[in-house]
Amino acid sequence: MSLAASNRKLLIKLLLGAVAMFAFAIFVLPPIYTLFCEITGLGGKTKGEYTAVDVRVDTSREVTVRFVASNNALMPWEFRPTMDKVVVHPGEPTEITYFAHNTTSEDMVSQAIPSLVPNNMADYFHKTECFCFDNQPLAAGEQAELKLVFIVDPDLPASVNSMTLSYTLFDITDRTAVPVAQIQ
Amino acid sequence: MAHGPATLADGWKAYISRWVFTTNHKDIGTLYLWFSFAMFILGGAFAMIIRAELFQPGMQLIKPEFFNQMTTMHGLVMVFGAIMPAFVGLANWMIPLMIGAPDMALPRMNNLSFWILPFAFAILTSTLFMEGGGPNFGWTFYAPLSTTYAPESVNFFIFAIHIMGASSIMGSINIIATVMNMRAPGMTYMKMPLFVWTWVITAFLLVAVMPVLAGAVTMMLMDINFGTSFFNAAGGGDPVLFQHVFWFFGHPEVYIIILPAFGVVSQIIPTFSRKPLFGYSSMVYATAAIAFLSFVVWAHHMFTVGMPIAGELYFMYATMLIAVPTGVKVFNWITTMYKGSLTFETPMLFSIAFVILFTFGGFTGLMLSIAAADMQYHDTYFVVAHFHYVMVAGAVFSGTAAIYYWLPKWCGKMYNETMGQVQFWVAFIGFNIAFMPQHFLGLAGMPRRYADYGLQFADWNMVSSVGAFIYGGAQIMLLINVILTIRNGKPVADEKVWEGAEGLEWTVATPAPYHTFEKPPEVK
Repeated sequence: MSLAASNRKLLIKLLLGAVAMFAFAIFVLPPIYTLFCEITGLGGKTKGEYTAVDVRVDTSREVTVRFVASNNALMPWEFRPTMDKVVVHPGEPTEITYFAHNTTSEDMVSQAIPSLVPNNMADYFHKTECFCFDNQPLAAGEQAELKLVFIVDPDLPASVNSMTLSYTLFDITDRTAVPVAQIQ
Repeated sequence: MAHGPATLADGWKAYISRWVFTTNHKDIGTLYLWFSFAMFILGGAFAMIIRAELFQPGMQLIKPEFFNQMTTMHGLVMVFGAIMPAFVGLANWMIPLMIGAPDMALPRMNNLSFWILPFAFAILTSTLFMEGGGPNFGWTFYAPLSTTYAPESVNFFIFAIHIMGASSIMGSINIIATVMNMRAPGMTYMKMPLFVWTWVITAFLLVAVMPVLAGAVTMMLMDINFGTSFFNAAGGGDPVLFQHVFWFFGHPEVYIIILPAFGVVSQIIPTFSRKPLFGYSSMVYATAAIAFLSFVVWAHHMFTVGMPIAGELYFMYATMLIAVPTGVKVFNWITTMYKGSLTFETPMLFSIAFVILFTFGGFTGLMLSIAAADMQYHDTYFVVAHFHYVMVAGAVFSGTAAIYYWLPKWCGKMYNETMGQVQFWVAFIGFNIAFMPQHFLGLAGMPRRYADYGLQFADWNMVSSVGAFIYGGAQIMLLINVILTIRNGKPVADEKVWEGAEGLEWTVATPAPYHTFEKPPEVK
């Protein structure tokens, strides 16, 4: 093979390598990251809807669950939990609510993003019903009680006796193509 | 048809065409070196503004918003504009001469990879004059600072990064192809000078991680403009993902910067010790080991992000492991000097200072690698001091050494040795006055990237600023020395400029002719 040909061959191979690394960064790294967090329960991301299979309630233990709410930048709604904390027995389904009020004169859609501390305990916090599974459309001036039903897993490590669940409310009106009335 | 390159005597049109359309590795090397020096002055000017503002507590000269743009632009320009192109320039000049090749393997791509760089930096620098200002989110451009809260000009920044990445990838491919296909007969891999070895390994690192950087900024671009949510929690993304992607590029990047510097001092120390390099093959393997390890330690930059203890332990131990091959290198440099007939010309002074100060910076790196301690050091001036010891006293000192070492071969004239040595001492002392106190500031808790600070930090900040101005002055001395050498330095006739120098680059005439090794040399 001539020198020019072998140079060109090497050039093509290395360029393909570079393109592959670019694809790896965009199409492989983010899903791997999400998968890794899901499997390990790291990052404080609580999971989707949970179907209770076990009715065992551990009345010998008490766990304090605290609730926090915050608004992402520029989100004008009033948003807070209706109670600061609740003491539960592991395994017992508990219902609490968050209060949301669209204080603006526009119809808006929001999305609540959960985060749990301690952030490696997300696997032990189950939600059977949550407003955060969907987005939350509110018409101008509208108020709502947002419902959440959760179960603390009876297998929660004994060293953990309190958890904090936080919701951050994001404005996703721009990302939602459908008018608020239709979503509702 | 034998003709030389166009000079000014042929008219300015011919002269400009020569540089714009050149495919000669020496011309392109020269362009890279001058360009990187211009960027070094620009990034240095930003640093001077930063240090002038930090001379005293309180806001004196500039607004905090502009300060943030200065820290960001200083980092970006120095990393991507000054240090990386400087070593690519050295590679262009020296690799063909060192392996006995007539030119680079892909000369036209070589021209392209240089000439897109000035556009990238023109775009990047122009953002400073735009409404809302230039990038102000730190050179690591963490999301969401660089996405949700970024100035409008962020799209120009992203485009500039894409161009720089393309330039680096093309430059690297060229170097790999040159070294793999164009070696003179008899020049086996294990006979290649260490500078060539470190550059090949660096080039592979670049091809592997520059696309990851391009991927990171592309995801930013899509988050900002096209409604995706890679780094946006509202849409199910995660800002922490950005840090993982960035440092997956960023950690190999720091070795991309330092490995060619290792190569340069591995050429210079044997020359002025008049002994062959001690442990040549262990140097090659150590370089490869460092390059491999650089891919598996990235999260030590983000210990405070909230990692499980197992992750912190893994990244801590893996990081400490890098000290082993690095220690091998430092040992070999010192052993090369041991019982050698040493002389202390300017390149040797810079190389010895490199070994001492880089080792010092390596040790502070070990301190930072301790996950538990890093909670205290993270994002303080201790980190700033650490990476300036390895980047400035590492890469910039070795780059300066390389210029003094090869300048006589490039232009056929000797630099002023006295002025060179004076410049070395000014640089060495200025550097240490500037950055040593930053360790103390960091340990005392002064955070980085702030325009103002508490009164308890005032004294050391003033000392640090004075050192920075001295160090900045040393760079002007370097520029003057180089210009004086080119204009009216004492001519050198010997092919071997330095008595103890070994290698093919010292077998060609001085100054190096425009075309060399058109007939490949025989390597025994």
